Amino acid sequence: MTTATAVAAAPAGRRTPKRVLPGFGLSLGYTLFYLSIIVLIPLSALIFKTFTLTWDQFWAAISAPRVLASYRLTFGASLMAALVNLVFGLLIAWVLVRYKFPGKKIVDALVDLPFALPTAVAGISLTALLAGNGWVGSILEPMGIQLAFKPAGIVIALIFIGLPFVVRTVQPVLEDAEKELEEAATCLGATRWQTFTMVILPSITPALLTGFAMAFARAVGEYGSVIFIAGNMPMVSEITPLIIIGKLEQYDYAGATAVAVVMLVISFILLLIINALQAWQRRHAGAPA
Amino acid sequence: MSGNNSRTIRRAQAGTTEARWVRYTLIGVALAFMLLFLVLPLAAVFAEALRKGFGAYLEGLREPDAWSAIKLTLITALIAVPLNLVFGVAAAWCIAKYEFRGKAFLTTLVDLPFSVSPVVAGLVYVLMFGANGWFGPWLQEHDIKIIFAVPGIVLATIFVTFPFIARELIPLMQAQGNDEEQAAIVLGASGWQTFWYVTLPNIKWGLLYGVILCNARAMGEFGAVSVVSGHIRGQTNTIPLHVEILYNEYQSVAAFAAASLLALLALVTLVIKTIAEHRNEQALKAAAELPPERPSQGTTP
Repeated sequence: MTTATAVAAAPAGRRTPKRVLPGFGLSLGYTLFYLSIIVLIPLSALIFKTFTLTWDQFWAAISAPRVLASYRLTFGASLMAALVNLVFGLLIAWVLVRYKFPGKKIVDALVDLPFALPTAVAGISLTALLAGNGWVGSILEPMGIQLAFKPAGIVIALIFIGLPFVVRTVQPVLEDAEKELEEAATCLGATRWQTFTMVILPSITPALLTGFAMAFARAVGEYGSVIFIAGNMPMVSEITPLIIIGKLEQYDYAGATAVAVVMLVISFILLLIINALQAWQRRHAGAPA
Repeated sequence: MSGNNSRTIRRAQAGTTEARWVRYTLIGVALAFMLLFLVLPLAAVFAEALRKGFGAYLEGLREPDAWSAIKLTLITALIAVPLNLVFGVAAAWCIAKYEFRGKAFLTTLVDLPFSVSPVVAGLVYVLMFGANGWFGPWLQEHDIKIIFAVPGIVLATIFVTFPFIARELIPLMQAQGNDEEQAAIVLGASGWQTFWYVTLPNIKWGLLYGVILCNARAMGEFGAVSVVSGHIRGQTNTIPLHVEILYNEYQSVAAFAAASLLALLALVTLVIKTIAEHRNEQALKAAAELPPERPSQGTTP
């Protein structure tokens, strides 16, 4: 990398000579080295392993009825959980930014609980709550609603896992929103609901979608919190990561790899979508000097 | 005239909030949702752990398998977090302080482990170091065990916690810009001196914040570790895996007792995180309030 390309790559108006600072070669070199041995080489092992399969073997592994059922469950449950998180995440972010109430700081800190609480702990705890003798299950089950060991339980676990993503992406955008715009809308005769749907909502849409996509991506790969509550019945409540584990336990490395590649490709696509959404969000924020 | 003005202003301000009953309903619904989905599960961990009294709780924690699980979890975190810390600082330094081609792509690659399923993360190491893996035969020849042993657990943990610290530091260091470092260099400081005396004090809260999140995930990781551990009791069980085994054996109190340790860790994490975040925000604000001759390279890189 020459200085010339560095200057060319730098956006206009930032002509500070970056290379005054030492350590570029060292830090970039170490970053690439560590990234390669921890992430890139192991992930390429996955890709290479796939090439030892013929196309027919690969296709058979990733399109068996049991595997297809697991995709439907994983993506369906993740989508539902992400939608719930979209609504309630926005609500919680809104309440935390706009209103004052006692204990707000604690509530704000608590939003991050799913990031900090290990997934296995969340899994057994939600199961204990929703099982027939649990605090919630003992109320719901007499009414004929069973959540634990059912696909509905998976959705609940995934809601828990994904909630902070939406709150934490929307919150800063709401904080930065200019009140003047809302004041102007009101002065021009808009009702509060009109102001919300036509002024506020468009300005937070990129952040909302980013949070939604992150919650969805996390939910698709989630394992720890789900397996305890799912019941893990083939065709009914078996998620895709569990299919991989099952194949590994039967020493079917090729089959496990094939399904894992499908998941890896999907997560890479989701990552690119999230990146694009974030770029949109930054443009949307309107490069305020 | 002025009366008219102030009325308009008042109406405009009223237009930026909701009627009282709407406010209270929204707060009520939000808090009820959080109570149901966040507080209840957390409370249930402790309630289940203490269901048969404090004695049974301690009994669950005192068995040797629990102890070796705690020890392994601590060792894993002690290796994984510092390694990711060094990487995080190096990655943030080169991404935030310089412009180069492919920077956006590099940033995406750093984020990649976040979106890979933990189970897939575990699997890739099995494919590398397992008995049938790339290095499997060589490792067996030299009698080195990685999969179903501690090194595999450490590797899988490093993978899943890989981006945490870099992720926290990159936006912070971008917002702070290069001016202070450049001044230090011009005044004759060496690169390392600049880092230790100028950069590090500026990023310490963001760094702590990243470390604490990284540590929580390292100690609590389940999926990836579960694939590579082999679940050998007393040898390759971390606390989350120990919890799983006890739970599947219907030793509910002991399982939740071990889980309560992790829940306590989560609570401590949240407290430190809240403090660090607060300080971090102040640092960012200070960076944003720098004199205008330095156009904020702010949060829009």
